[in-house]
Amino acid sequence: MKFQIPIGPQHPALKEPISLRMTVEGEIIRDADIRLGYNHRGLEKLAEQKTWIQNIYLTERICGICSHSHTTCYVQGVEKLMELEPPKRGLYIRTLVAELERVHSHLLWLGVAGHEAGFDSFFMYTWRDREIVMDILEIITGNRVHYGINTIGGVRRDLDEQQIKHILDSLSVLRQRSEYYKHLGTNEPSFVARLAGVGYLSREDAIALCAVGPTLRASGVPMDVRKDDPYAVYDEVPFEVCTAETGDVLGRTVVRIKELFQCYNIIEYLLKNLPSGPVAVRAPRRAKPNEVVSRYEAPRGENIHYIKSNGTDKPERLKVRAPTLGNYAATIKMLKNGFIADVPLIFAAIDPCICCAERAVSLVDARTGQEKIIVMNDLKRLSRRLSAGNIRKREAEWPL
Amino acid sequence: MLTKLTQWSRLKSPWILHLNTGACNACDIEVVAALTPRFDVERFGILLKATPRHADVIVCTGPATRQMKDRLIRIYEQTPDPKFVIAVGACAMSGCVYRGAYNVIGGIDQVIPVDVYVPGCPVRPDAVIDGVVKLLNKLKG
Repeated sequence: MKFQIPIGPQHPALKEPISLRMTVEGEIIRDADIRLGYNHRGLEKLAEQKTWIQNIYLTERICGICSHSHTTCYVQGVEKLMELEPPKRGLYIRTLVAELERVHSHLLWLGVAGHEAGFDSFFMYTWRDREIVMDILEIITGNRVHYGINTIGGVRRDLDEQQIKHILDSLSVLRQRSEYYKHLGTNEPSFVARLAGVGYLSREDAIALCAVGPTLRASGVPMDVRKDDPYAVYDEVPFEVCTAETGDVLGRTVVRIKELFQCYNIIEYLLKNLPSGPVAVRAPRRAKPNEVVSRYEAPRGENIHYIKSNGTDKPERLKVRAPTLGNYAATIKMLKNGFIADVPLIFAAIDPCICCAERAVSLVDARTGQEKIIVMNDLKRLSRRLSAGNIRKREAEWPL
Repeated sequence: MLTKLTQWSRLKSPWILHLNTGACNACDIEVVAALTPRFDVERFGILLKATPRHADVIVCTGPATRQMKDRLIRIYEQTPDPKFVIAVGACAMSGCVYRGAYNVIGGIDQVIPVDVYVPGCPVRPDAVIDGVVKLLNKLKG
């Protein structure tokens, strides 16, 4: 007996509205369908009416969590179109903000994963530590979320000695706190048991379905735009691509925790090797007719901007492929043959943060036609109960 | 007596529903940040609720998109009276950078009545708390 469950589009906390339709057989999901468009604002069309500079602020507002990713991706493309060479110091600061953003995004995600797994104190811990990064970002850029630091040809603000000292001091606090996350699994076996084996994605599927970012790396594919196609100053910075072999939500958690430590190393390297000189070069108002594809490794995965210019001061076309979209196909694969109760966890694991909130799920019993509304809290309770008796997950070990 | 009690409990413990009507997440993250240890609005009795049926205050972020318009009205209707709406962020106030886009109607006030506007792109968590406190003062008066 199969029936359909609609989920969404109202989500009280965090993320964009989205609608999911699950076809279930009992507790098992047989098919899933994702419906988009609730958050569609017509941004790409809007970009065609704005100038190159104005569009930086528009692309920044594509996403509030990876705002720097989108502007950097866009600005890199425009710099290629205008044949500009940004100064080294500017690129270093741009990379620094990018890595700080990755830290704040991963801390945010860890909290969300903890919340979905029923580990709310972990959620509060990571979000408290995240405020340290937000403070650093505010000191560097003047803003907590939309930094507005990128400009065509470099960055808008310079760093001084005092700021560098503050960042390095805060970094040691963050490192210390992150040590706790590293040993989290050994201290909290129930957390590991909840995550292991959920939302399995094999290496072959991950490649075939074009998964990106930590989702792909957790399936054992060491792919990272920062290494494969270095932009900004990543070709000078030593770092490792973090992977996990398990391919489940546990693997995605491990990848993000490992990446946190890589980020701290990158930030430290950037600050200690910051070259002197100007931070930006003057940019022309127009770009010659041409087209360009720009790639960027956002915290969630590969971000692609396609920009076409026609010789005026406005782009003719701006196409944005955000990482979450790239992960949707893989998500459906992960959801299939899983429990309904695992939906929040699996969906949160690709980091659209969509399930951070409780929302109503309507269960329609096909035999009686009766409709039942379940609040996400009940669903989570159900998920904890179901996962309690799973033997395979109990054998899982914390790999860090 | 009973009205006094309801008034007191409403002031001491307003439950909020956070609704994203097409925002870019920035305001949403800041609203959630207001609930976490640094800002911690829960000490004032403000609690994030899952469903509109439990909420007193709807905290709206983002411009109203055409797709969300009907859902927004439906959620507003599901909230029990007396209900209050806080428009959080420049988008919810006027549409911000998305103003003029084909799928954006404009501010939340184009669709449902709004009691308090909190400006900022995105708002700071402090501003969210300030907005809620202003609303509570309005209720008292």
